[in-house]
Amino acid sequence: MVKKIKISINGIFVEVEDGTTILDAARKAGVIIPTLCFHKDLCIAGNCRVCVVEVAGQKRLAAACATPCEEEMEIFTNSLNVLHSRKQIIELLLSEHNADCTSCFKNGNCELQKLASDYKILKQDFIRLVPFKNYTIDKYSPSIIKDDSKCIRCQRCVRTCAELQGVNALTVAYKGDLMKITTFFEKPMNDVVCSTCGQCINHCPTGALVERNYIEKVWDAISDKTKHVVVQTAPAVRVGLGEELGLGQGVRVTGKMVAALKRLGFDAVMDTDFTADLTIMEEGTELLMRLKAVLVDHDPAVKLPMATSCSPGWIKYIEHLFPDYLDHLSTCKSPQQMFGALAKTYYAKARNLDPETIVSVSIMPCTAKKFEAARPEMHDSGYRDVDYVLTTRELAIMIKQAGIDFMKLDDMHFDRLMGESTGAAVIFGATGGVMEAALRTVYELVTGRDVPFENLNITPVRGMDGVKEASIKIENPLKEWAFLDGVELKCAVAHGLVNAKKVMDSIISGQANYHFIEFMACPGGCLGGGGQPIPTSPEIRLKRAKAIYAEDEGMPLRKSHQNPEIIKIYKDFLGKPLSEKSHHLLHTQYTARKRY
Amino acid sequence: MTTSYQLKRADFIFKYENDWEKILSKCISRTPQELINELISSELKGRGGAGFPTGLKWKLAAEVVDATKYVICNADEGEPGTFKDREILSMVPYKVLTGMAVCGYVIGAKEGYIYLRGEYFFLQPELNKAIREFEYYCKGINLDFTIRIFMGSGAYICGEETALFESMEGKRGEPRNKPPFPSSYGYMGKPTVINNVETLAHTYTIFKYGAKRFYDLGVQYSRGSKLFSVSGDTPKPGIYELELGMSLADFVDEFGDGDTKAVQVGGASGFLVPRKRFDETAIGFQGKLTGISLPTGGSMMLFNSSRSMFNVLDNYLEFFREESCGQCTPCRVGCQQLLMGIKAVKRGEKNAKYLDKLLRLTETMKLTAKCGLGQSVANSFSSIVENFREEMIY
Repeated sequence: MVKKIKISINGIFVEVEDGTTILDAARKAGVIIPTLCFHKDLCIAGNCRVCVVEVAGQKRLAAACATPCEEEMEIFTNSLNVLHSRKQIIELLLSEHNADCTSCFKNGNCELQKLASDYKILKQDFIRLVPFKNYTIDKYSPSIIKDDSKCIRCQRCVRTCAELQGVNALTVAYKGDLMKITTFFEKPMNDVVCSTCGQCINHCPTGALVERNYIEKVWDAISDKTKHVVVQTAPAVRVGLGEELGLGQGVRVTGKMVAALKRLGFDAVMDTDFTADLTIMEEGTELLMRLKAVLVDHDPAVKLPMATSCSPGWIKYIEHLFPDYLDHLSTCKSPQQMFGALAKTYYAKARNLDPETIVSVSIMPCTAKKFEAARPEMHDSGYRDVDYVLTTRELAIMIKQAGIDFMKLDDMHFDRLMGESTGAAVIFGATGGVMEAALRTVYELVTGRDVPFENLNITPVRGMDGVKEASIKIENPLKEWAFLDGVELKCAVAHGLVNAKKVMDSIISGQANYHFIEFMACPGGCLGGGGQPIPTSPEIRLKRAKAIYAEDEGMPLRKSHQNPEIIKIYKDFLGKPLSEKSHHLLHTQYTARKRY
Repeated sequence: MTTSYQLKRADFIFKYENDWEKILSKCISRTPQELINELISSELKGRGGAGFPTGLKWKLAAEVVDATKYVICNADEGEPGTFKDREILSMVPYKVLTGMAVCGYVIGAKEGYIYLRGEYFFLQPELNKAIREFEYYCKGINLDFTIRIFMGSGAYICGEETALFESMEGKRGEPRNKPPFPSSYGYMGKPTVINNVETLAHTYTIFKYGAKRFYDLGVQYSRGSKLFSVSGDTPKPGIYELELGMSLADFVDEFGDGDTKAVQVGGASGFLVPRKRFDETAIGFQGKLTGISLPTGGSMMLFNSSRSMFNVLDNYLEFFREESCGQCTPCRVGCQQLLMGIKAVKRGEKNAKYLDKLLRLTETMKLTAKCGLGQSVANSFSSIVENFREEMIY
C-alpha cells in the first residue's frame, strides 16, 4: 500500500500517492501546467523549465515534472513569479528558435508555437540567436530532415532514440551555447546507425525533426495525364488518419480514406493489406520450409529462429547492429515492396498498362518505408517498385489541401485485383499482428484445423508488453507435415527496438530457443509508427490497437489463405508460394552495415 | 566595529602534522555518532562555497540503510580565481585522505574517490603515492577503505555534485534533478557524501583539536577558518588562511594595492562588492552580521581603478556561456542573452533600459535554473550592473 499524502495546488486540496510528481498531482486536481521536455513515453529530463511552479517556503521555483510532492506541500502554479519566469523562459526559447512558423512543416502542430500562442509574448526583444549560429539542415536521409535551427534542446529525440529504440543515433554534443543534438561525429543522418523509424519525429515538440515529404511530387504525378497513379494504404493508416482530420483517437476511417484517395485523383486505390495476406503466404511457407530443413534435413545453412521482415526500421537496425544474423531474417519483402513489385507487373499486365507509365504511391504510418522504397535492390519489377511513400500525416495534409470535407465522405471500397484483404492482414498494424496472422494460416496449413484459440484471437501475442511469448503445440498434422507432430512452435513478439535488442541478445546468448519471432521497430507496432499522427502516447496507441482488432473482428474473412484475390494471384500469376516468380518479385536480400 | 570582524590569520590547514595515523586510529575507536556530534558542534560548513553544514551531511548519509555507500572528495576546483585545493592536495594530502576515511567509517562506506580536476593531472603521481601509503595503514588497523582518483576532463559544470556523479558514471556531465539528494541517491544511485577538499582537511583539524578549538575561530554562523585564494590587483597574491567573519575593509587594507575599486568575492559565480560597501560587508555565511555577508569558495579577486567592470563582466559571462552544460533553457539561452545583451548596450544597439530586462532575466535564471551554475550567474551580473551601471553603458 503506497502512502497517501495531502497537498494543495492553487488552494485546491488533493490527496496523492507518495512519490507523485507535482505535474501529475496538478493534472489530478484539474490544473494544467505547460510542459515541453516532458513526454509520457520518456524518462523525466526537467530541462526546459517551462513547468516551473512555486512551492511555499522554497526560495526557488520547482520543475513540476521532476519534483515529487511532499506532505502538506503548498503549490502555486500561477503566481506572478511563476508567470513572469515562465513567460521569460518561453521568450528565451523563442529567441533561440528559428520561429519562421509559416514556412515550417510543423506549423499548426508545434508545442512551442502553442505555448507562444497561449502566453502571447508580444514584445520579444531578446536578441535573436539563430543568425549568429551556423546551422545547416541535414537533408541526407531519405526519411528524416533534421533542422537544428528549430531545435529547443529538450532532448526528447535523444531520450526516444535511447530509451524506446536503444539506437542512440541522436545524442547530445558540446556544451554551453554550442550544445546541440547530433549524430556520431556529426555525420549526416543517412550515414549513421539511424533506423529511420521516425520515432524522434513523433516525439519532437517543434519542427526540428520532420519527415522528408513527397506531397508535391505526388500532386505532380496525379495531375500528369500520361501517368497511371496507383496508391496502396497500410493497415495502421486507417486507424490513425482520423486523428489528423478532426476525428477522435482510435476511430476507423477505412471507407472514408478510400473515398478521399479517389477524390484526390489516384487512378487506382488498392490495399497494402492484400500484400500483407500475400506476405503471410510467402513467409508462412518459408517458415515451414525452414522448420523442415532444420528439423528433418539438419541443414546447417538454414537458420532458426526466423525473424519477420515487414518493418523496415527493424531491418535497418539489424543490418547495423547484428550484421552477422541477417540470415535469420525472412527473405520476404515487406508488404509495401511486394505491392510495389506487383503493381508494375501483375497489375500492369492485368490492366494492360505500360509499367513505365505507372506511378506507385504508398501511404504508410512509417518513415522507414521511405528509406525502404529507396533501397537500390527494390527494382525487381524492372522499375522502382514504389515511387513515393507518404506518411499518414502527409496524406492528411493532401486531403486538407484538396478541400475534401472528410467527415462528409461516404464509405467506398478498394479497387479490385489487389484491394481485397482479410482480418489477418489488418492486424499487421498492431504489435503481434504478423505473428497472429501467420499462426492462423500456418497452423491450418499444417493441421487442416483452426488455431486452437477462441474466435481465432491469439491473445498471448496481443497487448503492449515489450516482449511477448507464445507457443502452440502441433498435434495430428496432415500427412505432409508429419515431422511436425508434437513440435511445440515457440514464438516471440518484440516491438520497440530496445525490446528487439533484448530478444536478439537472448538469441545470441543461447537462452532463447524460438522458432519464429515478430519484430516491429516502433512501440505498439505500425500503429505507433513514426509516420502516424502526433502526439503519441501509450493511451493513444492502445486506442488505435483496439480499433485494429475491431476491424479484424468485423471482417468476413480472417485468414490470409482465404483471400480470394490471393488465391487468384497464385493461380494466374505466381504459381505457388516460394515459386521462382515469387522469389524474383517478392523476396529480397539484406546488407550488412556499420555500427555507428 | 567590534574586534570579531577583524582580519585574523590562522594556521591549521597547512600546518605540518605527522600524526595522521594516530588521529585516524583515535577516530575509529570512537562511535560514528560521537564523530557526527563533534562535527555538528564545530559548525563546520562546506568550504566549496555553498556552505551546507558538514556534520548534517554526514548524518543524513549515515542514516540511510544501504550496504554500498561512497565518499567523494570534490577536487574539481574550477571556480575562476580559486587555487587552494591544488595546494592542499600537494602539501597535506594525508589530511584530506584521513577526512575521507573517517567519513567512510562514519557513514559506512568502503570506497572513496577523489574527483580530480582535469588540469591537475600533474598531481596524480604524488597523490597516488600518498593514497597507497594511506591504504596500507588502513589495512593495518583493519579499516576497510580504499581511495581512487577519478580524473575529470576540464568541464566547470562537473564540479556541481550531481554532474560530477554523472561524469564518474561515464555519462555526459549534466546536473540531475534534485531531489533526490546525494545523501540518499548519489554516485551509482547510492548514498554518497561529497565534500570539498578543504572541508575534509578541516575535519582533520576538528578531530585532532576538538570541535571547540575550531568553533572558537570566526563569528556566529561562520565558524572556523578558511583558505582564501587572493588574486588580481594585489601586491601579495597567494593562499591565506583567515578566520571567517572579517570585514571586507580589513581584507582590502591587508591585501589591496591602495587603489582597490571592487572585490569579487567567490569567483565568477560570486558577488562583486564596490568600494563604498567594503565596510558593511563581512565575509562569512548567511546570517545577520552587519550589512551583507557573503559566502565564498575562497576566491578573492581585487580590482583597482584601472580595470573596466564591463570587461570583467564580459569575461565572466563568456565563461558561463561556454561552461553551462546547455541542458536547461534559462542557463543555456540566458547566458548567451546576457553576454550579447551587454555588448549590444555597450555598442548602443540596445538602449540602457535593456539592462533592466537583463536584470529581470537573471532573476528568472536564479529562480528557475536547474543547478547552482545557472542560478548563480545572477550574482555577479546583478552586483556588477547595479554598482557600475555607467561603465556598462559608456
